[in-house]
Amino acid sequence: MSDGDVLVANHVLDYPYARSVGPVLGAFFTALSEGRIVGVEGSDGAVIVPPTEYDPLTGEDVGELRDVGPGGVVTAWSWQVAPGRKHHLDHPFAWALVRLDGATTAMLHVVDAGDPGAMATGMRVTARFRPPAERRGHVLDLEAFVPEPDGGGR
Amino acid sequence: MSGAEAGTQPVTVLETPIHLDYVFTPGIAQSIFLRGLARGVFLGQRCPTCGKVYIPSRGSCPVDGVATDEVVELPDTGIVTTYCVVNVPFAGQAVEIPYTCAQVLLDGANISFMGLIQEVPADQVRMGMRVEAVWVPPDELGPSLASVKYFRPTGEPDALYESYEEYL
Amino acid sequence: MSAPARRPVAVVSFAQARNVRREASRNEVELLMPVVSEVFAAIGASKDDMGFICSGSTDYLVGGPFSFVTALDAVGVWPPRAESHVEMDGAFALYEAWVLMQEGAIDAALVYSFGRSSPGDVTEILALQLDPYVTAPLWPSPVALAALQAQALIDAGEATEEELAEVAARNRSAARANPNAQVVSDASPEELLADEYVVAPLRRHALPPITDGAAAIVLAAGEKAREWRERPAWITGIDHRIETHALGCRDLTRSPSTALAAERAGLFEGPPVDLAEVHAPFAHQELIVRRALELGDAVTVNPSGGALAANPVMSAGLIRIGEAAARIWAAESERAVAHATSGPCLQQNLVCVLDASDGAVVGGGA
Ligand SMILES: [Zn+2]
Repeated sequence: MSDGDVLVANHVLDYPYARSVGPVLGAFFTALSEGRIVGVEGSDGAVIVPPTEYDPLTGEDVGELRDVGPGGVVTAWSWQVAPGRKHHLDHPFAWALVRLDGATTAMLHVVDAGDPGAMATGMRVTARFRPPAERRGHVLDLEAFVPEPDGGGR
Repeated sequence: MSGAEAGTQPVTVLETPIHLDYVFTPGIAQSIFLRGLARGVFLGQRCPTCGKVYIPSRGSCPVDGVATDEVVELPDTGIVTTYCVVNVPFAGQAVEIPYTCAQVLLDGANISFMGLIQEVPADQVRMGMRVEAVWVPPDELGPSLASVKYFRPTGEPDALYESYEEYL
Repeated sequence: MSAPARRPVAVVSFAQARNVRREASRNEVELLMPVVSEVFAAIGASKDDMGFICSGSTDYLVGGPFSFVTALDAVGVWPPRAESHVEMDGAFALYEAWVLMQEGAIDAALVYSFGRSSPGDVTEILALQLDPYVTAPLWPSPVALAALQAQALIDAGEATEEELAEVAARNRSAARANPNAQVVSDASPEELLADEYVVAPLRRHALPPITDGAAAIVLAAGEKAREWRERPAWITGIDHRIETHALGCRDLTRSPSTALAAERAGLFEGPPVDLAEVHAPFAHQELIVRRALELGDAVTVNPSGGALAANPVMSAGLIRIGEAAARIWAAESERAVAHATSGPCLQQNLVCVLDASDGAVVGGGA
């Protein structure tokens, strides 16, 4: 049988998952829907963002929720030259690990910087939230980070 | 918490829909089987080691782990090895209840597959009953099991239990 | 620190499918069956000799449920066999088989893995291995995350784009000698630097190809290993370690899980290795793994071309073990290390030390 005789068919999988978030991530998503960002105190006093139910490095219990940001520092970044079909921005953007003010760990998100020349490790960025009516308690309520004016981009 | 102060509802559930697109191939052996259905014939494959005939074949003998390269055309006739009567309605149901779903062992095959049994009341279907395939009209045939409309009794005497007990 | 003496178990046979961008006609069973046949035929063994079967695969790749169960048709599991499966690279399935063989009840095991990345979008599918609450909804591809890691390495002064091009050029040039390689090239690092960025700072050449493939290995213990292979590749130590999924909690420029697995596998005890097969899908990751494994300049790294020459998801790690073992059989190596990785940015790592002598069996994760 030649390859031409082998059947092919388009096949779609849809998983309509709705996940319980629990008290810790629930507080994080609730805060995002209000235009705020919260982390949680780790076992050694570090502030982990996004908050986790346990200290990811020691496995110990975590402490109180703490407000962080909205500004922060880029600790690593890469440049998405062409957005993929699942990405929420329709133009080139940066992936970044952002350590928010008041946080010890960095969170993965995107920086809507316009141009890779605007990006640099160590630069300051600040959160850009969607308008309140569009928020739904989701990580993309924080639409993107954007460079702070004179924030150290190159 | 400030969430309550601000009047927003605490978030308890996160919706994370996932949509994935594939271009699926059933492989060489199953393509042969499906193309057979599109012609209105059952095509199985024989194991060169144990001689068993599989339909549909996935390309290998699941006992011996060797390729089943020889294509075998099987007749439309076979026997009901076992069956169940569906009395419960469910979403997307295409057949009126009660109806009978059976494992059919085609003559010359060494494995049964599932089919509907019709043209006989559900309470008269039995193990060992001789049946034959009823195909959809020629212009509706396609590379799908939907080409087999159902199986119906042939009226021949029932097969002896010993002739199919290995396939239960 | 060394664990108690272990039962000598060796890699005695290895086979892989020719790695291709798209296996258009064969399904998983049809892809795997000739590989399993070959891995047995090479040593005159049969499935009846195998006391255990362990496989690595993921159903998300082809979008069909329980493909790891139907894949058993490629082996033939009647009468019923002792079997297990991991939703991971086959290297981790090999670890499970090795652990079981330490009990002493069985003398041989078949390990296999398979995966076709072509039916779906593998960069989307691999995003599903990330945290589903705060990370996966952003749909970062493995390339995007690896690029973050590469930039961190560059910012730390530990790599340059030129060095990434050198890694890619060396691997793809070495792949000329590998008949199963998918991407081979004699392009110089300078030529490669003309490539476009995919996700900066990673250019096309620093990425692995998208590959459909399958692989199989036979493990055997003691005398059985010597019966099947004149010069078995003894596993003197094997261990794997994982790091947190929270990328922002990791130092992406280091691989502490690789270093710890290497220590626990006894890599730093005994004579140095002369050969390494490292599973570094992205060019900069070879630099990170080399450092964690403390590989000196005298060590031959990735004579097969590594994952930059062919990256069959779920098999590329197992293939590293097979490639390293094959060089011990051929007396091209006395002591080798194979490495396998899983997850984003080298999240989880396995280290397997192989030796031409079974006298060196000392380590092994406990
Ligand atoms: Zn057979």
